[in-house]
Amino acid sequence: MNAVPTPAKFDWRLIGTVDDIPIQGARCVEAGDTRIAVFRTATDEIFALEDRCPHKKGPLSQGIVHDGCVTCPLHNWVISLSSGTAQGADEGRTATFPVRVTGRDVYLNLTPGA
Amino acid sequence: MSSRQPDPQKLVIIGNGMAPGRLLEHLFEARGAYDVTIFNAEPRVNYDRIMLSPVLSGEKSFDEIVIHDDAWYADRGITLHRGEKVVAIDRVARTVTSENGLTAAYDKLVIATGSTPFIIPVPGHDLPGVLAYRDLDDVTAMQAAATRGGRAVVIGGGLLGLEAAAGLKAQGMEVTVLHLMPSLLERQLDPAAGYLLQKELERRGIEIRCGADTREILGGDRVEGIALKDGTVIEASLVVMAVGIRPNIRLARAAGLDLGRGIVTDAQMRTSDPDILSVGECAEVDGRVYGLVAPLYQMARVAAATLTGAEAAFCHAETPTKLKVTGINLYSVGDFGDGPGREDVVLRDAARGSYRRVILRDNRVIGAVLYGEVADGAWYSELLTSGEDVSAMRDTLIFGQAHQGGGAADPLSAVANLPDAAEICGCNGICKGAIVDAIRDKGLTSLGEVRARTKASASCGSCSGPVESLLALTLGDGFRKTTEGMCGCTPLGHGEVRRLIVANRLKSIPAVMQELEWSTANGCAKCRPALNYYLLAEWPGDYVDDQQSRFINERVHANIQKDGTYSVVPRMWGGMTSAAELRAIADVVDKFQIPDVKVTGGQRIDLLGVRKEDLPAVWSDLNDAGLVSGHAYAKGLRTVKTCVGSTWCRFGTQDSTGLGIRLEKFLWGSWTPAKVKLAVTGCPRNCAEATCKDIGVICVESGYQIVYGGAAGLHIQGTTELGTVATEDEVIEIAAALTQMYREQGHYLERIYRWAERVGHDTIRAAILDDAVSRRAYHDRFVFSQKFSQTDPWSERVSGVDKHEFNPLAVFGRQEMEPAE
Repeated sequence: MNAVPTPAKFDWRLIGTVDDIPIQGARCVEAGDTRIAVFRTATDEIFALEDRCPHKKGPLSQGIVHDGCVTCPLHNWVISLSSGTAQGADEGRTATFPVRVTGRDVYLNLTPGA
Repeated sequence: MSSRQPDPQKLVIIGNGMAPGRLLEHLFEARGAYDVTIFNAEPRVNYDRIMLSPVLSGEKSFDEIVIHDDAWYADRGITLHRGEKVVAIDRVARTVTSENGLTAAYDKLVIATGSTPFIIPVPGHDLPGVLAYRDLDDVTAMQAAATRGGRAVVIGGGLLGLEAAAGLKAQGMEVTVLHLMPSLLERQLDPAAGYLLQKELERRGIEIRCGADTREILGGDRVEGIALKDGTVIEASLVVMAVGIRPNIRLARAAGLDLGRGIVTDAQMRTSDPDILSVGECAEVDGRVYGLVAPLYQMARVAAATLTGAEAAFCHAETPTKLKVTGINLYSVGDFGDGPGREDVVLRDAARGSYRRVILRDNRVIGAVLYGEVADGAWYSELLTSGEDVSAMRDTLIFGQAHQGGGAADPLSAVANLPDAAEICGCNGICKGAIVDAIRDKGLTSLGEVRARTKASASCGSCSGPVESLLALTLGDGFRKTTEGMCGCTPLGHGEVRRLIVANRLKSIPAVMQELEWSTANGCAKCRPALNYYLLAEWPGDYVDDQQSRFINERVHANIQKDGTYSVVPRMWGGMTSAAELRAIADVVDKFQIPDVKVTGGQRIDLLGVRKEDLPAVWSDLNDAGLVSGHAYAKGLRTVKTCVGSTWCRFGTQDSTGLGIRLEKFLWGSWTPAKVKLAVTGCPRNCAEATCKDIGVICVESGYQIVYGGAAGLHIQGTTELGTVATEDEVIEIAAALTQMYREQGHYLERIYRWAERVGHDTIRAAILDDAVSRRAYHDRFVFSQKFSQTDPWSERVSGVDKHEFNPLAVFGRQEMEPAE
């Protein structure tokens, strides 16, 4: 929902529907060696982050989703779903991936966003 | 002279720091009839200098630390000259003159020129980019330097230096601290605590070099680096000197006043000229100069009294030290050097990085150093001040106040036990009696009001907890705690939320958040799991467990490990297993190439390093051999540990293994506020270690002794005896009733021992042991809720529940990743 497809990129992939992802939960997409966590918020917004906490590489897809953020299950870092940056006193950033929702279909761009 | 009233006397104050600011407050409270003029070299109003560190780190803004704004001066008719530095005092003409030629006459003069930072006169000390850490201008300059990035070198590992280092780190700079002495904060901490502090700062990415002696600051137009005497060169774009302060006595010297290290005053804060007083870091009383705020505020109070003709005298007191770096807790007070006739009591916990040391002489506390868990600091400080003989509590002294006199860890009772003269707010020197009187007499009902009226907790804020406890004690049920809710989403505490869930029949997380006015849309990772538990415990069979509000371990029924794999622990009832089970486990280990197999402290086997996607298949194979989830991840019943009891042991008095298995089969699956571990031991030799469990059973010839409320993790705590019963059936009923009472009353993540300390052992004994009707009711409610919880989560998932948890949504191979054209 946070990017418009660029014609030059062929990386948009249909990964499933909004309903495949639990509300306030996440599912993973394997993209070669990279694991991408695709989150669905309470208000049905979809975000994608690399499934790797900037702190100790914890799997963010396993965390609790709340108010636009996910709390890493390993050490409770709170990561913004939209920007990938750590909240509060912690510093670090996880790569984000553009997501587009058409109807209920979710498309993921496998090139990390800016 | 005017007709009726004499003109008010003229009071001139040089300096507008915290001490003169406080002096003025006292003066106007006492209705001192003065016409006041202040000269402030800084171009601003009075602010809380000790809060500069949070401003540097970005946690607070300048506006938040202003003590007196312009209106405050205007309301009191005070003339404030900002940015006017006084350059001369004429004691004969009784005038002061500023740099810009402004002259003011005085009847009484207060010199509060404070101190100047000591700058080591090494080559390069005057280069641009070399700063002190003293006032808002320094903070602004540091923040500006931080935006350019690079490395900051802080010279001096004292309180100020470390706060500067942490603040600069928070601003995004690389930071190195150079400290001449072998350990940090050597005046406030002993080496052991200094070590913990150094480790923590290093963990935060701050480089610490102790024993580092600066030779030269390098640079052309501005600072570029620093050279040490050992030849090391460190690149730096900013150098902050925080090696100490010197009383600023230049004006006083020129005026011919008596000087020592500071401006010498008597106990009434009068200098050698009785019309001139001095307060703050520039004043020297009884041979001592001070740098911490508490004694400076005491000077202000005494000086105000002197100015209004009241009696008061300054007296030296040990001031506790704290470091204002978020997340680092240290506390020290008194004398903690080594010396003859001194006795140390030390408590360390390496895993938690906590350390505590109390120094005694002649059975009296003369000093204390605390790192990590510092809540008892005030209590030791109180013991130090009172000079009380502590021999009676010598054995438990180190564990803190909660462990004295029957063990009440409740902060309320800790505060209730303090005498009226006990100092609660160290910064402002406010004692318990003054706070209680203000609450009672002025009808105060909140922390904010107490702050406004008494100043207690208004400076560094670290005594907010005890102040709230005093509100609660004084007002009883009339006090609703406004801070420290269960998380940032609500001001309500756990107990209140539980009560309201029942009272308002709230049956879902959104209902709770709506009705109780959560400040966030969907809560946070702290409150959601708690609410999920409360609802589950309150409405068994009715409330639908919200998986997304559970921590991952409880969602996938395994324990997440540091690399994102999981560990799997099958249940072994009472710690018993069989060849068939062991064979099945071995087969699973081989089949899924599980890297590690370990025996746990709770008599189970832990399979470590299982990939998440393999979990359902692992469970399926284990299920086939009759093994079910051991709930090793649960806030629920974990294990019942047993010894072999009368079946094998020559000392065993009862069938402890059999009872353990019965208990485990009865209690498993129930969710509780925090984990619950049991043990049944066959005789008082206690091989199953029942006396440090949440619930323990010690078999004796005549029956079963039931104990509870033990812990052997972060906190070590022996159990409390509940009672002795004759039959296994009674043990089962009591264990279930006790668990249910805890389930209904415990705060989320509160272990049984904490809950028991909070509600009181007598209450529990009365409800569970003495009152058979109450016990039965708790037991029956437990049995009812178990109807909905005793389903093996593994077999559920093997048969397809939550399948999405374990499979990726989509997989793209490396080849597919190549752009199409």
